[in-house]
Amino acid sequence: MVSGLINANPVVYERKERRVRTAPFSADEYAVEPIDQQEIFDHIRDIKDPEHPYSLEELKVVTEDAIEVDDKHSHVRVTFTPTVEHCSMATVIGLCLRVKLMRSLPSRYKVDIRIAPGTHATEAAVNKQLNDKERVAAALENPNLLDMVDECLAPTYA
Amino acid sequence: MVSGSDARLVGQSYLQNLQVQSLAQHDRMLCFELLECLLDRYSDAVAALGDDLVYGICEAIDGEKDPRCLMLTFHLVEVLAWLFPEPSGPLASFAGDIFEILGCYFPIHFTHQQGDDFDIKRDDLSRALMLAFSSSPLFEPFAIPLLLEKLSSSLPLAKVDSFRYLSHCVLKYGVDRMGKHAKAIWSSLKDAIFTFSLQGNIFSLASDLPDTMGFEENDITKEALICLEKVILQNDGIFLSLIVDDEDVEMILRSVTISNSYNSLSVESKQKLLAFGRIIVVSAKISSSSCDRIFHFLFPRLMDILGLSSSSLSLECIPYGSPVSFGQLNFGAIYLCTELLAACRDLIVGSEDIAPQSVLMQVSWCCLLQRFSGPLTTFLSSSLVTSMKQENCDANIYSGVKGLRTLATFPGWFLPISKSIFENILTVFMSILTAGCEETLLWKLSLKALVQIGTFTEKFHDSERATSYMNIVVGKIVSSISLDDSSMPYSLKLDAIAEIGGSGMHFMLKVIQGLEEAISANFFEASSKGNLKSVEVLIPLLECFSKKVLPWFHKTSLFEDIVFHFVINIWNQMEANTTFNIGIKANELLDVTMMVMRQAVADCSEKNQGLIVQKAYNILSSSASFSLKEPMPLSIPLKTEGLQLTQNLQDFSCRDEWLISLFASVIMALRPQTCLPDVRVVLELFMSVVLKGHVPAAQALGSIINKLPATIDSVEVSRACTLEEAMVIISKMNLWSVNGNSSFRKCNVICKSVENLTDLDISANNNAMVQTNVLVGLAWIGKGLLMRGHEKVKDITMTLLRCLLSTINTELLPIQHGLSGNDSGQDMHPLVMKSAADAFHILMSDSEICLNKRFHATVRPLYKQHFFSIMMPILLSSITGSDSSITRSFLYRAFGHVISNTPLVAVITECKKLIPVLLDSLAVSSVDILDKDLTYSLLLVISGIIMDENGREAVTENAHIIINCLVGLLSYPHMMLVRETAIQCLVAMSGLPHVRIYPMRTQVLRAISKALDDPKRVVRQEAVRCRQAWASMASRSLYF
Repeated sequence: MVSGLINANPVVYERKERRVRTAPFSADEYAVEPIDQQEIFDHIRDIKDPEHPYSLEELKVVTEDAIEVDDKHSHVRVTFTPTVEHCSMATVIGLCLRVKLMRSLPSRYKVDIRIAPGTHATEAAVNKQLNDKERVAAALENPNLLDMVDECLAPTYA
Repeated sequence: MVSGSDARLVGQSYLQNLQVQSLAQHDRMLCFELLECLLDRYSDAVAALGDDLVYGICEAIDGEKDPRCLMLTFHLVEVLAWLFPEPSGPLASFAGDIFEILGCYFPIHFTHQQGDDFDIKRDDLSRALMLAFSSSPLFEPFAIPLLLEKLSSSLPLAKVDSFRYLSHCVLKYGVDRMGKHAKAIWSSLKDAIFTFSLQGNIFSLASDLPDTMGFEENDITKEALICLEKVILQNDGIFLSLIVDDEDVEMILRSVTISNSYNSLSVESKQKLLAFGRIIVVSAKISSSSCDRIFHFLFPRLMDILGLSSSSLSLECIPYGSPVSFGQLNFGAIYLCTELLAACRDLIVGSEDIAPQSVLMQVSWCCLLQRFSGPLTTFLSSSLVTSMKQENCDANIYSGVKGLRTLATFPGWFLPISKSIFENILTVFMSILTAGCEETLLWKLSLKALVQIGTFTEKFHDSERATSYMNIVVGKIVSSISLDDSSMPYSLKLDAIAEIGGSGMHFMLKVIQGLEEAISANFFEASSKGNLKSVEVLIPLLECFSKKVLPWFHKTSLFEDIVFHFVINIWNQMEANTTFNIGIKANELLDVTMMVMRQAVADCSEKNQGLIVQKAYNILSSSASFSLKEPMPLSIPLKTEGLQLTQNLQDFSCRDEWLISLFASVIMALRPQTCLPDVRVVLELFMSVVLKGHVPAAQALGSIINKLPATIDSVEVSRACTLEEAMVIISKMNLWSVNGNSSFRKCNVICKSVENLTDLDISANNNAMVQTNVLVGLAWIGKGLLMRGHEKVKDITMTLLRCLLSTINTELLPIQHGLSGNDSGQDMHPLVMKSAADAFHILMSDSEICLNKRFHATVRPLYKQHFFSIMMPILLSSITGSDSSITRSFLYRAFGHVISNTPLVAVITECKKLIPVLLDSLAVSSVDILDKDLTYSLLLVISGIIMDENGREAVTENAHIIINCLVGLLSYPHMMLVRETAIQCLVAMSGLPHVRIYPMRTQVLRAISKALDDPKRVVRQEAVRCRQAWASMASRSLYF
């Protein structure tokens, strides 16, 4: 374990105003509201960074625009940007994102997590690791890792 | 008792022996308290100690850090200053030393957390220090430089505190001492106001109709402006010259007026403009002389910039609407001008109470204003008129409207504005109003301005202007009701009318008059000629009347004569019009009319109500279809009544339906004290109509029963009737039988009468319908009884229960057999039973239409709880006792209606018994889509029980069945709220002891994972929370 923080002094951005959806109250009882970008973003914006008391949104690790969702084909892809290129926390962040989405989305969804191209030193390796079912499952068998993930996810259930 | 000399000795010994700062915190505090006590109580004695005392205190308080002690030390200094006020006394020689000690604390830097045990806050300390600072003018040479220096600190808190202290000290230190600091103070104020005035949005016009144009003051500017006000108040000559002669101000004024449109101003200029506006407002508002100075300084220049000064010599007004020929729209100038005018106006209005004449004598600026008011009005008007035609920026519109509004609201006695100008302004606003085809900002602001002008004229009893306002605004807008110009949507027009009417009593009277005329004209058109267009106009008119105008009268509670005449007028029309016929939309119109009728009658006094009822009754009895005679022997009408039973509601002529409905509305709204004419006849009339399915009649019956007096003192009113008598009449009518020999006597009566008429070919459905109607009538009568707490309600509920339990009652079947055979008899019952069950809903729920406080119902406290406690055992035992599934389902329905309308507190005390039945009832109701409201209200009862601390035990016991039921409701397709609430309940259930709920965990999680794919977003969000709550109680793997 490296002593000290990987990115000791990250840039903190302002939180975006939470958009209130103006759903007409008298709307059709049976109308379907498809899962969209904003909804996915609402799921993951409050995930805490593994090494700072800031949310991923505040660190601009995830943004709304970096989410692609296709409700018809049950597919979602989240592209996240680690704060520094050699960030070893990238896998943990990716794992948090995956776990959170798996717990929040219907089981029909395929979740794709990847690092924004050119923002990380070992991009390919991390992407491969994050989208490998076996390795994700194995990682979650590790109690330490699971504790860490749960701690990061805690603010999202507030 | 301590003598003065003793106190002095104590003080002396204190000064000689105590090294306060070397003691522990608690001891220090005791020392300070002792000192405080000496200074407070024995001031004369200790004052003799002179220099020693002051020196001793200096020594004692030097370096103190504990907040509790600091509060005391600050106070000590304050008392000391009070003790030695003389400029050459002991304090004077030590002032520098004391201030050196005090000055270190400024600005207070307070690091203690809020949760600390001693409840001293930063603000308390800061205030105590401020009082110490300002306690003596002797501190001035030290304090003011310190404060001014701290103003340049980068710490926002230091700035805020400095201004606050300055404002406070300025007054205490006096004019003479402060004079030399004036320049420095002004320059700091200027810096602060111009630099910090704006850190948020510039014009937040997005918010709905702002009163002050979005100027988000932060703390620094707020304090700075207060400080500015204080210093000008103290020494207006010097500060105003500073403002007026300041080169920076000059530069700012030039820079903000350099470009014309608002949008071309840079952000910085906008900020400066707003700040400058604030400075003008604050300084002009202070006194009439300051106002004069500022006005003379600024106003002519602004007029120059706007290009008005050349035309100012001629006072005549250029007709509005002519294109803007003067200069261009210079936003900066307009903005400053309107702000200045508003400030002047506020000053005048505020000073009116003091001495109007004296104000008038010394203001020369009003002549100036008077000279320019004409051109300025024209200018602003034409700028608004042009902005109607082309896109204009909101800020311009805002300033223009505000300017005109301010001009129009200068008090009349002050009179810088002539009548013609006032009228011009009104005309401009009116033209905007009537042209406004949609709700734009300009339209809204204009309406608001008109309302404000109206309120203002009303408030100042300005008769001349009131006349102008009445003619130009009220008269015109009222006459536009009947005009058929399509430029303005009708509903918008009505909104505007109601708003303007609300600005003053006289205006409202005029508005009412206009509305009444329009209503009665359209009513005539609609009713006699069947004019469809009039019907369409009439509906919004009546809605406006009931929603806007009547509540206004309800508030003021004057003028009920007007309401009375309105009602009488409608009845006159009903009377005069014998060929009453309204085609399409008749029902909608009737509903609205009934609503207006109820509200209007409810607002009348007893006397007038009596007159209305009498009138309505006479009209009703003159109608051929209602033969209202003295009650006949009760056995005979049954037969004849029976003949009429076959009629449906459709058999009523349109006029008759209106007559009876309006009459019922009148009856519903009566006060209990109002006498009814011929109660017996009216009762019978209503009952016969109820049989035809006329719900308002049933509601009126309930209202009568609810309000009839239980006893009558004398026979003063020969036709009056007590409640007892009325009940006898009703029961004799055999709507139901009180002596329950036959279990279904009421229907027997009807059936029998129907039997006599078999040749009229009545189908069984018709029969069921009549029974349903009877049940509705009974329910409303029962509600009336229930609310006043009368025991007869028991008879009614028993009848209802008998209906519910009667399926298996073979006694009844022969009648149906005789009628239309076996099968149809079976068909008929569910409908009747359903309406019997629904009667409980009528009994228990709060009605908007009648029998509530607004319509003067007699309401016994806790009647719902009472009924609940009586009914529950009966219903529960009937449910367990019944072995037919149909019967049980209807019993569940009745149970559901009762429990969902009972206050939760009452339910919770019994919840142990109720939960299983409640869940069954929920299961039954969730089958049919039509019962979704019942399902939801039952679910709310469950959720109330789950959330309540007292229900916890019962919920834990029944956790299994509750969770089963909730899981079932997760997929309830017809109502999102049901699914959402069910999930929330499940979240709450996850907090129960794990032993009870763990077995259900997998089942819940499986159901919840389906809810994650719910069509509604809200449900999905709740599902995520719920899933987490249930998943995290055990293994934390990805899937449960």
